[in-house]
Amino acid sequence: MIKTDILIIGAGPTGLFAVFEAGLLKMKCHLIDALPQPGGQCSELYPKKPIYDIPGFPEILADDLTKNLMEQCKQFEPGFTLGERADTLEKLEDGTFIVTTNKGTKHHAPIVAIAGGLGSFEPRKPIIHNISHYEDKGVEYMIKDPEVYRDKKVVIAGGGDSALDWSIYLSDIAKEVTLIHRRNEFRGALDSVDKVQELKDRGKINLVTPAEVVGILGPDEVTGVVVKQSEHIEKEFEIECDHFIPLFGLSPKLGPLAKWGLEIEKNAIKVNNALDYQTNIPGVFAIGDINTYPGKLKLILCGFHEATLMCQAAYQIINPGKRYVLKYTTVSGIDGFDGTRKEAPKAVVKKIE
Amino acid sequence: MEQDVNITIIDREGVSHTVAAPTDMAMNLMEVVRSYELAPEGTIGVCGGMAMCASCQCYVLSDTELPEMQDDEDAMLAEAFYVKDNSRLGCQIQMTPEMEGLKVELAPES
Repeated sequence: MIKTDILIIGAGPTGLFAVFEAGLLKMKCHLIDALPQPGGQCSELYPKKPIYDIPGFPEILADDLTKNLMEQCKQFEPGFTLGERADTLEKLEDGTFIVTTNKGTKHHAPIVAIAGGLGSFEPRKPIIHNISHYEDKGVEYMIKDPEVYRDKKVVIAGGGDSALDWSIYLSDIAKEVTLIHRRNEFRGALDSVDKVQELKDRGKINLVTPAEVVGILGPDEVTGVVVKQSEHIEKEFEIECDHFIPLFGLSPKLGPLAKWGLEIEKNAIKVNNALDYQTNIPGVFAIGDINTYPGKLKLILCGFHEATLMCQAAYQIINPGKRYVLKYTTVSGIDGFDGTRKEAPKAVVKKIE
Repeated sequence: MEQDVNITIIDREGVSHTVAAPTDMAMNLMEVVRSYELAPEGTIGVCGGMAMCASCQCYVLSDTELPEMQDDEDAMLAEAFYVKDNSRLGCQIQMTPEMEGLKVELAPES
C-alpha cells in the first residue's frame, strides 16, 4: 500500500505543479498516470511543439515545460505509479481514500486530486468486426514485453512512429515482421523511415502498402490476418501470423473515472470554482482540463491556479484548525523534503569608505 | 468587421445545423463545431487542432473549394478510421469568406 497526503491522478503539468504547491505546505504527493512517462499530453501528444501562453515564457517546448516542472518539484520527492490507470476509488469510514490501479496497486491518501486532463490515454482500436474476440489471444494494441514475440510471426499495422519503431525493434527478435499501412508514405522520424527502408531492402521486414488488415483468422488464437491491398488492382490475401499488433496511436478517454460517483458534465468533472475545486465527493478535487465550471478554460495556466487553490483546501482538511498564512518563496525560501534548501541570497551590508 | 459565413454541419446524431461562423477570428471548422457545442466536449478537437488526433474528421458534402490538404493532415487521415474520399480534418479548414455555403457531416467518434 502506497501512502501519501495528496494522491494526484494524472502527471501532466497541472498534477506536477500541484506537487510543488503541496510541498510548500509540507504535504507529500504521489502521482498515478496511465502513460509510462510524466508530462501528460505535453509529452505524449506534442513534445516538440512550442507553447506560447505560459506566463513568463514567451515560447517553451512542451517537453521542456515538463522537464522544468519535474525540476521545480523534485525537492518535494513525489512518488510515481506510471503505466497504470487509476481504476477504482473507495472511501473509507475515516474519510480517507483508497485508489486501486488496473494492475492492482493500492494507494491510500486523505486527499485525491484528479488532474487527469482529457482522461487516460487508451489505444485506438481499428474497426475489424471480429477483433475483440482476439484481444490478448494474439491481438495486442501496445507492446509491453517484446520477448513475447521472440521467434513468432508478427504483423504490425500503422504508419506513425510507434509502428515504425516497433517494426525495427522486433525485426531482430521475431521470426518474421510484416508492416502494413494504408499509404506508401509513413509519418515518423526520418531515421526510423530510413531504417525501415534498409530493413525492407535486406528482407528483414515485409512491407505491405497501400493495404489494410480487414479480418483476423484463427479458431481461437490468431493464426493469420486478411489483408486488402489496393495497388493498381484491389486484391485480398491472407498472411500467416501469431500476433497482430495494430498501432494507431492513443486517444484519451474518461474511462473508469466516470464510474466514481462524481458529477460529470460535458465529459468533465463538475467542481466548486467559487472555493477550492472540490467535487461532489468531499476530499476529492478535480483540477486542470478534467474539471468544468462556469467560464472554464482548458489552459495550462488555469490548471496551475486551480492546483494552488486546491492545495490550500487540502491543507485545511489534513490539518483541521491549524493556522497558516501564505508565504512568498522569495522571502521564506524552499525547504525540500530531501533536506535541501533554496533561498534568496542575502544582501551584502558593508560600509563604503 | 468582416462578414460571417453560413455553414451547415450535420452532427453525429444526424441532425443538421446551419450556423454563422466568423471569418475574422482565425477560427477553423473544428472550433466552429465546438463553439456551437455540436459535439460533446472531449470528443472533438482532442489534440487542440494540430492534425494529430482525427477527432474532428468530417465528410465534405458541398462542392466548396477547400484549402489544399497539407502533408500532416494527409498522414493523419491515413491512420484514422471511417475515412472516405471526402474526409477532411475540421481543424485544417479555416473560416474564410470562400467557405460560404460549406456543408459537412461529422465522422463517427473513434
